[in-house]
Amino acid sequence: MLEGLLIGLETAFSLKNLFMVIGGCIIGTFIGMLPGLGPMSIIAIMIPVAITLGDPSAALILLAGVYYGAIFGGSTSSILLNAPGVAGTVATSFDGYPMARAGKAGKALTIAAISSFAGGTIGAILLMIFAPALSSVALLFHSAEYFALMIVGLSAIAAFAGSGQVAKAILMTLLGLMMATVGEGALFNMPRFTMGLMDLQSGFSFITLAMAIFALPEAIFLVLNPARAAHSESGKIENLRITKQEAKSIAPVIGRQSAQGFFIGVLPGAGATIASFLGYAVERNIAPEHEKKEFGKGSIKGLAAPETANNAACTGSFVPLLTLGIPGSGTTAILLGALIALNVSPGPRLMTDEPQIFWAVIISMYIGNVVLLILNLPLIPYIAKVLTIPRTFLIPFILFFTLMGSYIGQNNSTELLILVGLGVCATIMRFANYPMAPLLIGFILGRMLEDNFSRSMQLYDGINFIVERPMTMILLFLAAFFVVLPYLRLGKSKNAD
Amino acid sequence: MSLDRWIALVILSISLLYSYAAFFTMDQLLPPFMQRNPIWPSTFPKILGVLSILVSAIIVLGFEKNKDSKDGTEIDYRRLFDYNLGQAVFLIIMMAAYALSLRPLGFFISTITFLTVSGYALGERKIFRLFLIIAIASFIIWYLVEQVLGIYLRPVPAIF
Repeated sequence: MLEGLLIGLETAFSLKNLFMVIGGCIIGTFIGMLPGLGPMSIIAIMIPVAITLGDPSAALILLAGVYYGAIFGGSTSSILLNAPGVAGTVATSFDGYPMARAGKAGKALTIAAISSFAGGTIGAILLMIFAPALSSVALLFHSAEYFALMIVGLSAIAAFAGSGQVAKAILMTLLGLMMATVGEGALFNMPRFTMGLMDLQSGFSFITLAMAIFALPEAIFLVLNPARAAHSESGKIENLRITKQEAKSIAPVIGRQSAQGFFIGVLPGAGATIASFLGYAVERNIAPEHEKKEFGKGSIKGLAAPETANNAACTGSFVPLLTLGIPGSGTTAILLGALIALNVSPGPRLMTDEPQIFWAVIISMYIGNVVLLILNLPLIPYIAKVLTIPRTFLIPFILFFTLMGSYIGQNNSTELLILVGLGVCATIMRFANYPMAPLLIGFILGRMLEDNFSRSMQLYDGINFIVERPMTMILLFLAAFFVVLPYLRLGKSKNAD
Repeated sequence: MSLDRWIALVILSISLLYSYAAFFTMDQLLPPFMQRNPIWPSTFPKILGVLSILVSAIIVLGFEKNKDSKDGTEIDYRRLFDYNLGQAVFLIIMMAAYALSLRPLGFFISTITFLTVSGYALGERKIFRLFLIIAIASFIIWYLVEQVLGIYLRPVPAIF
């Protein structure tokens, strides 16, 4: 391991690779800030650049830097505009945006930067220590466990995102899952629910859906009620400092979520999105009663938890990619494609056969986290200037970036009409307090959930996998517990009254 | 009936249509070899359809009470006309128009028109400043998308 580490240090600290990681972080941060351009799009776009480098280490370091930067940039737009560029930063907006609206944008961005740095760095340390062991743990999970794990994630999200309205949250999750079944699936190779429309052949676009249910309703709400924008326009940006008390308060959150986020990230299919939602849900659940009320209204713990978890999960998602050759998310799937194009086969032998790639990527993660912290903290006042843009400029540009994000992702004008239609529906749903995050996460996990369910059904010739695999059963019981938990609490509080 | 129950009723209708398609239309074209599989393309949608019918029915029947938002800045849909509803509807129409005009009119004309008219509709009266900023921003964005990202965006109308 020490030998590998030294090779990794030598490779990562070469001038070329340092330039790659810094360049990747900067590109990722700025593009990740634009709503609609998430890591998947930008990594896909950067692949030709990476391949022309010809050096697999440099290519992977560049793409990993872009990945980190995009996640951080996404959290910036989540906090300042409530327009998460990527699903992994949706939970960041729950408390980040209320903080920005309350004039604490600078503080929110500082907490996000520190949490991301800590999550990413602790994640990288864990990756270095646990990579070989974790790969064997992940190997024990079969499709049945992945299916059950996703059900746990979805039920936890529905239980906690509904804030007392579990049925609505479950319905939104189901709606997201139903939307994910539209189009041609990889497993069955036949179109479903397309109504004969060519534009639905490949299903709904994640970017369009994310824009339609988050950015567009937010912009419409800003138009409807200028009082909401007034908070933003008067947002103070000079207060970047966090107090000792606040640092003390978020330190345990960072510690817990670094570990939890990392381990969730390791499991294929889970990734930064589930890690951030689960991180948020767990911290909300274990918080003292008086702090719990602050969640969703600008809680620093509510901001630190998803920010730490999503960065730690990003690091964790490299474990199955590098050690098993299994992509844990869409983003790592794109990275896998880039590695294959460069004649590198990630898998258990990568550590021994090509240690310079394996260890250089891990070392570059440390460097990337330092670069992001150095880049983002001094730039926070300038980034937060977005809030001082007049509403007459800000709203048209938010709408424009929403439209462009969707258009760039699909290169199709019809997608823009779908975006507007879905955006209007989402706005009406928000009037009635329907939570939107469960819909998006249901949509994202829908295909993977169905694929794993189908594989388990085929392997065990029916639903016997639930009985024959104890871990699956335990996970499904846990999922049922998450759904029942809010009702149990409701009953308990009624009895107390 | 409150808005959340109306929405649940719409979702219930969608779920019924979805379930009908899953139960009665999807399996007809299934090749015989796939019919021997324990899982069909309709299996997962059938489960989702039934679950969503049940959950939406719970809301429609009022078993779960709506919790009104206590956030003072949220929109109260019962007083929708007290807000800038006209501006919001106009911007939604502008977005649809932008979607339809992007290809035939090209990026610059459609983008500059969309942003300028939207800004004016929201109350911006320094038109020259607005137009200048939008024109510069549009060019930068077009350059980044077209030249840096390599995604084709027709800059001018199709006739050119």
